[in-house]
Amino acid sequence: MIITSKRGSLILIGILSFYQIVSAAAPAYAMHIMEGFLPVGWAVFWWIVALPFFVLGLRSLTRITQAKPELKLLLALAGAFTFVLSALKMPSVTGSCSHPTGTGLGAVLFGPLAMSVLGSLVLLFQALLLAHGGLTTLGANAFSMAIVGPFVAFWIYRLVMPTGKQRLAIFLAAAIANLMTYLVTSVQLALAFPATTGGIVASFAKFAGIFAITQVPLAISEGLLTVLVWNWLANYGRQELETLNLIKSENG
Amino acid sequence: MTKIQNHKWNNWLLLLAVVALTVTPLVLLKDAEFGGADGKAQEAIEEIQPEYKPWFNSLIQISSTEVQSLLFAVQAAAGAGVIGYVIGLYKGRSERQNHHNENSD
Repeated sequence: MIITSKRGSLILIGILSFYQIVSAAAPAYAMHIMEGFLPVGWAVFWWIVALPFFVLGLRSLTRITQAKPELKLLLALAGAFTFVLSALKMPSVTGSCSHPTGTGLGAVLFGPLAMSVLGSLVLLFQALLLAHGGLTTLGANAFSMAIVGPFVAFWIYRLVMPTGKQRLAIFLAAAIANLMTYLVTSVQLALAFPATTGGIVASFAKFAGIFAITQVPLAISEGLLTVLVWNWLANYGRQELETLNLIKSENG
Repeated sequence: MTKIQNHKWNNWLLLLAVVALTVTPLVLLKDAEFGGADGKAQEAIEEIQPEYKPWFNSLIQISSTEVQSLLFAVQAAAGAGVIGYVIGLYKGRSERQNHHNENSD
C-alpha cells in the first residue's frame, strides 16, 4: 500500500513537472503591463501604492521565520508555486495565451502580506531576465498580482471556510484571486488609457475583454493545481498545516 | 490510508481537468495564434492612444525566442524542483513517523 502510494506520488510529481516545463516552452508574452506601457505618472503612482505592502510584507516574513523557523520550507514552497505557475503560458478559449499567478496558495498559508513580497520577487525576476512585465510597470503589476490577488484569496478563503468545505475554499480562493488580478490590470490600463469616446469605462471593457475572458479557464486551472498541492500538503505536511492552524490536530 | 487513496484519486482527476482545460482550446481553435494576451493589450493601447510611445525599454531584451523559452523553462523547472523537494521531504518524514507509530503500537 505504502509502496504504491509512494510510486503514484512520484509519478504525479514527475508528470506535473514535465507538464509545467513543456507548457512553459511556448515563447510569447502573456500578461502583466509591459515595460514602458504606463505613462510616467501612473507608473510612479502604482509604485507608491505597492511599496508599503512590500515593506509590511517583509516584516510579516521576518515575523513568520523568526517565530516559526520550521515553516521556512513551506514558505519556499509557496514562493516556488508562484514561480512555477507564472511561467506557465497556457492557451485559452480566446485564442491567446496567458498564465496563472499562483499567489492563492501562499496567501491562504501565510497571509496576503507574505505573498506581496514573494509575488513581487517573481515579477522582478520576470521583468529583469525575461523582459516580461517591466521595472517601470512593476508597481502596477505587483499591485494586481502580488497584493490584490493574495488579499482576495485570503478573504475568499475566510468567507467560504465556514461551510466546512476546505478544498472548495482553496479552489475558489486561488481561482478568484487569479481573475481579480486581471481585472485590476484592466482597471489600471483603463485609468491610464481612457478611450476618447466612452472614457475609462469603455477602455475597461476593452481591456477586460482581452484579459478576463482569456483568464477564466486559466483561473479554473490555477484553482485545480492549488488544490492538488494542498492535497499533498494535507497528506504529508500535516505538522505545518497544524502549526498554521489550517487543519486541526488529529490528537486534539 | 483510505484517506490518502481518496486524495490520490482526486489528484489524478485534478490533473486530468487541467490538461483538458489546456488542450481543449488548442483543439477547438485550430487557426488561432495563441499569442500573449498582453500583446493584444498593447494593440488596444495603440488603438486608444495612437500617439503613445513607451518611454522605457527592458534592460535586457532577448530577441531569440529560443533563449526566451529556455529562461521560462528554467523558471518553471526551478519552481517545480523546489516544490518536489519540499513535498518529497515532507513525505519521507510522514512515512518515517507512520513507521514509528506502527512499531510503537
